Amino acid sequence: MSGEEFVPLSLTPLLIGVFAAIACALPGNFLVLRKQALIGDAISHVVLPGIVVAFLITGTVATWPMMFGAAGAAIVAVALIEAIRRLGRIEPGAAMGVAFTSMFAAGVLLLEQSDTSTVHLDVEHALYGNLESLIWLDAMGWESLWDPVALAGLPPELIRMALTLVAVTAFVWLFWRPLKISTFDEGFARTMGMRTNLLGLALVVVAAIAAVAAFDAVGSIIVIAMFICPPAAARLMTNRLEMQIVWSVVFAIAAAVLGYFVAGFGPLWLGFGNAVSAAGMIATMSGMILALTAIFGPCRKRLGAPAV
Amino acid sequence: MLWDALLLQLGYNATLVTIGACFLGIAAGVTGTFLFLRKRALVSDAISHATLPGVALAFIVMVSFGGDGRNLIGLLLGSAVSAWIGLLCVSWLTRYTRLAEDAAIGAVLSVFFGFGIVLLTVIQSMSSGRAAGLEGFLLGSTAGMLWSDAMVILVGGAATLALVLMFRRPMGMVAFDPEFAAANGLNVARIDLMIMGLAMAVTVVGLKIVGLILIVAMLIIPPVTARFWTERTDRVSLIAGAVGGLSGYLGASLSAAAPNVPTGPIIVLVSFAFFALALFFAPNRGVLAAVLRHLKFQRRVHMRQGLLALAQGQPIYEKLTLRLLTRAGLARADGVVTETGRARAAKALWDEKRWEIVRADQAFEGAAALYDGLRELETILTADQLTEIDARIAPPTGVPS
Repeated sequence: MSGEEFVPLSLTPLLIGVFAAIACALPGNFLVLRKQALIGDAISHVVLPGIVVAFLITGTVATWPMMFGAAGAAIVAVALIEAIRRLGRIEPGAAMGVAFTSMFAAGVLLLEQSDTSTVHLDVEHALYGNLESLIWLDAMGWESLWDPVALAGLPPELIRMALTLVAVTAFVWLFWRPLKISTFDEGFARTMGMRTNLLGLALVVVAAIAAVAAFDAVGSIIVIAMFICPPAAARLMTNRLEMQIVWSVVFAIAAAVLGYFVAGFGPLWLGFGNAVSAAGMIATMSGMILALTAIFGPCRKRLGAPAV
Repeated sequence: MLWDALLLQLGYNATLVTIGACFLGIAAGVTGTFLFLRKRALVSDAISHATLPGVALAFIVMVSFGGDGRNLIGLLLGSAVSAWIGLLCVSWLTRYTRLAEDAAIGAVLSVFFGFGIVLLTVIQSMSSGRAAGLEGFLLGSTAGMLWSDAMVILVGGAATLALVLMFRRPMGMVAFDPEFAAANGLNVARIDLMIMGLAMAVTVVGLKIVGLILIVAMLIIPPVTARFWTERTDRVSLIAGAVGGLSGYLGASLSAAAPNVPTGPIIVLVSFAFFALALFFAPNRGVLAAVLRHLKFQRRVHMRQGLLALAQGQPIYEKLTLRLLTRAGLARADGVVTETGRARAAKALWDEKRWEIVRADQAFEGAAALYDGLRELETILTADQLTEIDARIAPPTGVPS
């Protein structure tokens, strides 16, 4: 494959996929360790009502209103889950199930009720995303990377995703010690004077930001898969948090790259005409990686667990 | 229009959908109860998302054998198989690796769903046009429902319900106390798997009406709602069935009566309305009941403190206390104690002294444990015991001159 073909057609979707995968996997590490992995699932469901409400208010499919709508919906969902859990004394899993399914249902209903036939907004798009279409038409080849005119034509999703990745990385880097301590021993963190509740909320908000940005570019399947699969696989590889983060980033990149190419070219090699969904294939690949680590990973067993 | 729908007068198709949704709701509510009580409500999320690759594979297989590809029974069988595999993956991951159940659920649901999407795009490319309708399984579509489809749902729902009713006692026992169930000779792992299997059956049957993303709600919301109203398992499952059935019925009717209202979401929203109702107005566990309980407690504390203050001749400045005392006729608005008030205050002080003795004496250890500053001693001790305590309170002896 030559640079003329690769740079405009594959480079940007690939980069967006990789950035999205890493941005979700980083906070996902802490969510998995805190047994809050399904928060990612809940957030990616409630993003739909968020963007529908944003669309109904502004009347356009502009990016920023939708991002705000989605982020707002994520925060509303977290508040709703907490409210149901505390007020009704319901276990967290069930509270989450009540909150996100109801909000998702409300989103679907609003979408069907409002006149969205003229704009590109539907449930399928929200689920699969449209990674393959995020191409860089102005690029001619590798040399376009140094061409300011061509660079101006980069898909805006790429820049947004890159910024999100920087923000998420900065959060994890800045709050590394408090995050680590409060994840492993919340009581100890509190006696050291850390505001663990605030930190937990901040983690969820950062996860929501990553989810919303990634969702905009690649759909909600990747978001859920990347929140959970690479960190879970990394958890089976090592006992050290630092190494776990490194492994999860490696797995996220591997899943994104492998998934993208298998989706784009796998069917051609097998003799079928069309490519398959890249988002779905990236999720599938992350599952394959998790399966491999679950069978062969050096730290796959619980410490002290009886040999079965 | 709505009345027609509620009375099943809106045509053949709408009637089929409404009855089917009602049955499905009952089966889902009753099954979900055990899932919820076992604290594994979100396993249903993994199950439901794991149905997608099965649906797509069944379609591909049926088409490649020259069939129609949209035969509901075939699709449902496929979805059942892949949901079962997903379920086994979740239990394998939680059992044999160090991953917690929530991570296993999330991994299975996203990976299976992603793979299902891949298969859907394969279907789109291999036979364009004939795949129409498979997307309906995501959110449910009742528009083109056939009599045979409705019968599948009716029979499936009824069979699931019958199974749940048959095994409700072992399942309830496992949900509450797995150790006790195991000690009684029940195979906990097998019963767990049976609960999951029944949830899977509900999911598969509900795919057509509610869709795989929202069927989770029908398994979770009715039991959570029912839990507010009662503390007994059998009643939770009964009420959950009623809530599920009612929301299925009402939701399907609403969707038949109004244009552009998809069945699945409206059923979920109706059951959420029932949930919100229970959250606020349920006796005992509801928010309103909790607020009332708090207010009542607050009044008792203020009353008690007010009486003790009166007994010791201290002035009362606190507004609520004064208002409570005036309303009970124990004090006048300016804080001067009335005759009844004086008597009640003396009694309060007397009780305080009795409590002091009870709490100091090892013999009354049991009663002393119940001390909370508000409880009437007469409700705990017998008249004889009270006389014995009263005998120990020294009466005023000689007044010094």
